[in-house]
Amino acid sequence: MNIVVCIKQVPESTEVRVDPKTNALIREGVKSIVNPVDENAVEAALQLRDQHGGTVTVITMGPPQAEEALRHTLAMGADEAILLSDPASRGSDTLATSYVLAQMVRKIGDVDLILCGKQAIDGDTGQVGPGLAERLGIPQVTFAIGLEVTDGRLQARRVLDDFFEVLEVKLPAVVTVVKQINDPRHPSMKNVLKAKRAEIAKWTLADLAADPKQSGFEGSPTQVLKVWPPEKRSGGRRLEGSAEEVVDELAETIKGMKIASG
Amino acid sequence: MDFTFNEDQQAILDAVKEFCDEDLAPKAKETDEAAAWPAENVRKMAELDLMGIPIPEEYGGLGMDFLTWSAVGEELSRACTTTGAVYGAHALALVPIMQFGTEEQKQKHLIPLAKGEHIGAFGLTEPNAGSDAGAVATKALRDGEHYVLNGTKIFISNGGEAQTYVIITSTDRSRGARGLTAFIVEKGTPGFEFGKDEKKMAFPSLPNRELVFTDCRVPKENMLGRENAGFLVAMRTLAVGRIGMATGAVGVARAALEAAVPYSHQREQFGKPISTFQAIQFMVADMATEIDCARLLTWRSAWLKDQGKPFEKEAAMAKLYASEVAMRTTTKAVQILGGYGYTKEFPVERYMREAKLFEIVEGTSEIQRMVIANHVLRELNR
Repeated sequence: MNIVVCIKQVPESTEVRVDPKTNALIREGVKSIVNPVDENAVEAALQLRDQHGGTVTVITMGPPQAEEALRHTLAMGADEAILLSDPASRGSDTLATSYVLAQMVRKIGDVDLILCGKQAIDGDTGQVGPGLAERLGIPQVTFAIGLEVTDGRLQARRVLDDFFEVLEVKLPAVVTVVKQINDPRHPSMKNVLKAKRAEIAKWTLADLAADPKQSGFEGSPTQVLKVWPPEKRSGGRRLEGSAEEVVDELAETIKGMKIASG
Repeated sequence: MDFTFNEDQQAILDAVKEFCDEDLAPKAKETDEAAAWPAENVRKMAELDLMGIPIPEEYGGLGMDFLTWSAVGEELSRACTTTGAVYGAHALALVPIMQFGTEEQKQKHLIPLAKGEHIGAFGLTEPNAGSDAGAVATKALRDGEHYVLNGTKIFISNGGEAQTYVIITSTDRSRGARGLTAFIVEKGTPGFEFGKDEKKMAFPSLPNRELVFTDCRVPKENMLGRENAGFLVAMRTLAVGRIGMATGAVGVARAALEAAVPYSHQREQFGKPISTFQAIQFMVADMATEIDCARLLTWRSAWLKDQGKPFEKEAAMAKLYASEVAMRTTTKAVQILGGYGYTKEFPVERYMREAKLFEIVEGTSEIQRMVIANHVLRELNR
């Protein structure tokens, strides 16, 4: 079973600084990591490969330094990694990104399953996985917390707000996973050394026969007008004492604010 | 001089730090208090290829050097002293089999050790022999194709849990240190049993057990090195072991400093964080400086070994200094935390108890001073 995992390199810090002029994230001085839930997707792929055989190919679209994120997944045990890095893909929104990733999957060819993390910690949209399935015209399952493959069909357990849902889909399909699906393995030192020397395929949009109008700024109907860090919460008061005292005091305070009636 | 790790070393250290921060450190207190062999941590170390770092790849190891082995050991000890101690004691079987083992012995014993499928231990100390290695009383007498072992080893780290033991015996009592012989003894060999597991000041999860040999027949092909050359096996092993102990000592000292500093920022007295007081700052400065000195001594001794140069004096210096730094640093950490430092709510009292081990194990501070003095008195005697 051949599995493709789509990952994204993201800044490690949750305290992101934004360049006020370009609205872009300031990446200097911030360590880059594999988007955490994408590591769960890689782990899920490795487990399926270990059960059913086949290969795990990890792909990403990003700047040249995204190679480091791919190496980390190779160290975890992925078989191959492909980086699409092309200045013309800069500024891609989720629509354009899913287009480029779909073209990558098409070029890879014989793919049974595509796994993605639920969403990235920087953009937080959760749209690329579903977008990719639409682009490829194949079934999708989002928020998977469990996966099982039997005879070319995949059973996925989805975690929703108040319940689980079990879906069965035909392969190939796109599945996005949640953090609770597994505990990503630490890379073994032999794999760390192997990954350092591994050849990472580097593709450009030209290699994909991609329509340039569908990627980068041009292919992105979404424009980020402004990005700013949330204002830090200030003030606040900590109530102390027994539960009864605290509740009474809280009720009085809320009444005083005139936001609750009764 | 180059004080930077190469890319491979750095990549390994980065991966190990991640493992330490995510897996070992959060459970260190639990691992200690369990008073049970840290099987899961040991299994993970094996999975991550950490049990044979300085062993060539053809023998199942990672094919890296002792400097990497030492730097990794520091991270392990800093995150979980017990796990670091298991790693250090394991190397005392890896090193002599690598250095003195025949090809057959390496195939049979080194490969599973380097892969972490087997755990190793080293048995020298006896009730009346330790610092004085020549006084070993465990006898090994030749009987046809076997040697018959009788005697008792004590305080053996990893004892009972390890599968592979390098045991120093006496094959010729009349020759003292020149009558010692090393053997590889496997767990399960008839006549080889485990006795008392010592209750210690610290490290309740690290076994330090008696090894009891009663007419234990060991095939002669398990002899490690030549007959009556066991003192050399012991000394070479202990020299590397000292680098390991220095490494563990630096790890626990760092853990103490890294616990004390955040506390000093957060703890307020007289309306200010105590980190703003010079009394605390000076302690922090001394701790950090001494840890750096200890680490540099340790890395130098590992580097010398990797270069194939003499390193015995430098390893003794590293072990002596690092263990005493660990004691001083952990004591200061307890002092910085004050009353809280004395409680079990914080880890520093444990670090202080653990640090004491390093001044005693694998050659006390006094033995290290003897070793160093012997070298210096000889070198400068012109």
